[in-house]
Amino acid sequence: MSLKQVHSEQPKEFKFSNENLIKAEEILKRYPEKNRKSAVMPFLYLAQRQNNNWIPLAALKYIAKYLSMPYISVYEIATFYTMYNLAPVGKHFVQVCTTTPCLIRGADKIVKLCKEKISPNENKLSKDGICSWMEVECLGACVSAPMIQINDDYYEDLDEKSTIEILDSLIKDKPLKPGSYRGRKNTAPEKKQLKNGENYA
Amino acid sequence: MPKININGQEIEFEKGMTVLQACELAHVEIPRFCYHEKLSIAGNCRMCLVEMEKSSKPIASCAMPAVEGMNIKTNTAFVEKARKGVMEFLLANHPLDCPVCDQGGECDLQDQSMFYGIDKSRFVENKRQVKEKYMGPLIKTQMTRCIHCTRCVRFATEVAGVPEICAIGRGENMEITTYLEKAMESELSANVIDLCPVGALTSKPYAFEARPWELKKTESIDVMDAVGSNIRVDSYNWEVKRILPRLNNEINEEWISDKTRYSCDGLLKQRLDAPYIKKDNRLQKSSWEEAIDLVFNKIKAINSNEIAGHIGDMVNLENALAFKKLFKILNSNNIEFREKKFYVNSSEKINYLFNSSIRGIEDSDLILLIGTNPRHEATMLNARIRKAYVQKKTPIFSIGNPGDLTYDYTILGNKSDDIKKILNKEVEFSKKLLSSKKPIIIIGESTLSLKSGKYIFEEVKNFLNKNNFIKKDWNALNFLPQNASTVGLIDLKILSKENEKDYSFFKKLNNSEFKLLYLLGSDNLEFKKNNEFIIYQGSHGDRGAEIADVVLPSPAYTEQNGLYENLEGRIQECKKASYPIGEALEDWKIFNLIIKKLNKTEDLSTFNLLRKEVLNSIPNFSKLNELPVYKDSFNKNNETNFISDDILIKELDYFYTNSISRASKTMSECRQITRSSKKTGTDN
Repeated sequence: MSLKQVHSEQPKEFKFSNENLIKAEEILKRYPEKNRKSAVMPFLYLAQRQNNNWIPLAALKYIAKYLSMPYISVYEIATFYTMYNLAPVGKHFVQVCTTTPCLIRGADKIVKLCKEKISPNENKLSKDGICSWMEVECLGACVSAPMIQINDDYYEDLDEKSTIEILDSLIKDKPLKPGSYRGRKNTAPEKKQLKNGENYA
Repeated sequence: MPKININGQEIEFEKGMTVLQACELAHVEIPRFCYHEKLSIAGNCRMCLVEMEKSSKPIASCAMPAVEGMNIKTNTAFVEKARKGVMEFLLANHPLDCPVCDQGGECDLQDQSMFYGIDKSRFVENKRQVKEKYMGPLIKTQMTRCIHCTRCVRFATEVAGVPEICAIGRGENMEITTYLEKAMESELSANVIDLCPVGALTSKPYAFEARPWELKKTESIDVMDAVGSNIRVDSYNWEVKRILPRLNNEINEEWISDKTRYSCDGLLKQRLDAPYIKKDNRLQKSSWEEAIDLVFNKIKAINSNEIAGHIGDMVNLENALAFKKLFKILNSNNIEFREKKFYVNSSEKINYLFNSSIRGIEDSDLILLIGTNPRHEATMLNARIRKAYVQKKTPIFSIGNPGDLTYDYTILGNKSDDIKKILNKEVEFSKKLLSSKKPIIIIGESTLSLKSGKYIFEEVKNFLNKNNFIKKDWNALNFLPQNASTVGLIDLKILSKENEKDYSFFKKLNNSEFKLLYLLGSDNLEFKKNNEFIIYQGSHGDRGAEIADVVLPSPAYTEQNGLYENLEGRIQECKKASYPIGEALEDWKIFNLIIKKLNKTEDLSTFNLLRKEVLNSIPNFSKLNELPVYKDSFNKNNETNFISDDILIKELDYFYTNSISRASKTMSECRQITRSSKKTGTDN
């Protein structure tokens, strides 16, 4: 199943919550009046946030009407960008980076674990419906490869053991803390000193 | 003018041209897929790569503006290699199904890969497979063949004005589709089939019917509306297989409406193949002799002023003239061609023409529609208005509400009072109108059929005359007729003077004063049949034949030569592409049979004589295919009384306007789809 295909079960209605409506009006102020439709991407993002991390058709239509655009243009944008999900994803949405640096550091093992622990196929909800996973292109954290993104947070410097711990915690709905799993602070070097005794800059 | 060097040849070009256009000036052929001169530039197929001096990479000539002093080469090994490379990529995912593809023989990809491609591929990977998409009853899709030139996308958004086709996904997964696979809601939708350079979008009704090289091609004229679009009729034996547009920048550019294109399957159905006579309340097959005898006896038995004739919407000028002559012999002047009462003033030619000309719409700086829906009444003309709206942002106003016209317009009101206010300069809009340089006022048939029709027309004309808007170089007065025959028949003076003024034909018809009614291809006349003896002469068993007592079969517009005058007053020739069906005879030959029976052999006509006479009797005639000569309007102040009226635009059943489209299966499918989408609304 692809997140770029329209999901078979769709909610009938979508409306921005009051809170998001205020945000939407704020966003519109960034653009000149004749270029209202420039706001389509932040709007889609708002909608995705509001609707459990995926965008239903009703939301596409709602946004199209809001910005007076043709439906298909909004649809086109939503299918073009990879970070818009057009089908439901798990509450804990695991994105495994499998681009070269992560892959040579063992991302394929993480993928294998995801298949075992969450669901055998990408973008399919786990049995309890709480998790789903997918392979993605580079997430820009090559310095701490291999890594995964769970919802908004990066879990870095993983190996098989730590991945199992993290995935288990997700299934129990008590996710562990994000960050490096080899004790690094952000992306700082693991050892504080070089061999010759100098401190790292 | 700036100069550019192409393959060592110096060429002058106009500023703003692209390298590709400059190459065309130099008669150098550049292969292309995505570039189309009537659409915006996309530059995504890369087929038009050429070598430019001082550039290390080849450039896409369709998107590169030509600049003074450029040195372009198109015949080097470098260019050849670039083209081969692009072609190899285009073919990487293109299936090798030419033998079962309908585009075969007229496929850009096929032709260009023969000229510019290589004969083998280095790709061993699987080709990508894309699911077929539903795009309505006219467009058959085979999206695996698509090369993503996006011509169809650009056509739908730019020309048709219905942004419904788009490319979804990206990269390898890019697909062309309509929103949620719905039919395209446009009267121009099938033009994407012509635009598609490969076989991804092909014609559904024409699927697997014939190969292009087997077809006989006849250049002809469309008669579905008054625009007179230029078409090419492709026939196989006597069967018309398809109708394609022919380039004419004055009228239809490169497009035709779906009705023009797909009514042709109606030419095969419901046809009248032999004379029929009503016996025992049933139409029964008979012979020409018997039928003509019956007609003759009736004519003899009935008083000449009780004989009436009505000419239909698709009758050509020669046949109409022959009909008029027949009625002269019969000594009756009860001939009419209007399907409903509408005001006509035939005293001068500008009164019933689209004087600004279709091309003139592009130059206009203000357009006012009075009680007309050009989208349905003259689709190609509406496309021009949209072009002006898109390219020059021409403001468009309307009196009466025509609904969605594919562009934005302002409704100024919906009563004749609103027109009066404008003409009396009581409203803000009058100033706008007077300050514009080239305004266009389009008056529809719906307006002229109102009680206030006469007032509106004459006062608008007076207003324009007074303010110097009716001149040789610009004439703002426009009438938009709905039928192909209307303008020509006014020119032939089919209407008698008194009939023109007080609708005596309709009065008598409704009072059942006629004893014999001769319908010449006329199916849209609405009246209650009483005791009239009705002769129907036409091509299709439609509304006219249904009520007839005698049916005389005659050919349809693709089966005989004939002249038609379009709404601008341009006389164009419709050519014979196939043969009349069964025992059908050309209309003028049928009249000859009757005249012979009446023993007036000196009045027999031949086609050449008829044509000569037609051309002689057209006022202001200049040349075939040209606009008529302009003659100054003699400003006769026609006194008219103001009547307050609601301006209602009569909704046309677009896909069902004439006997051919009513017989067409494709048209009824289209009609059903638009109806059901109207019922559920477009919002689901």
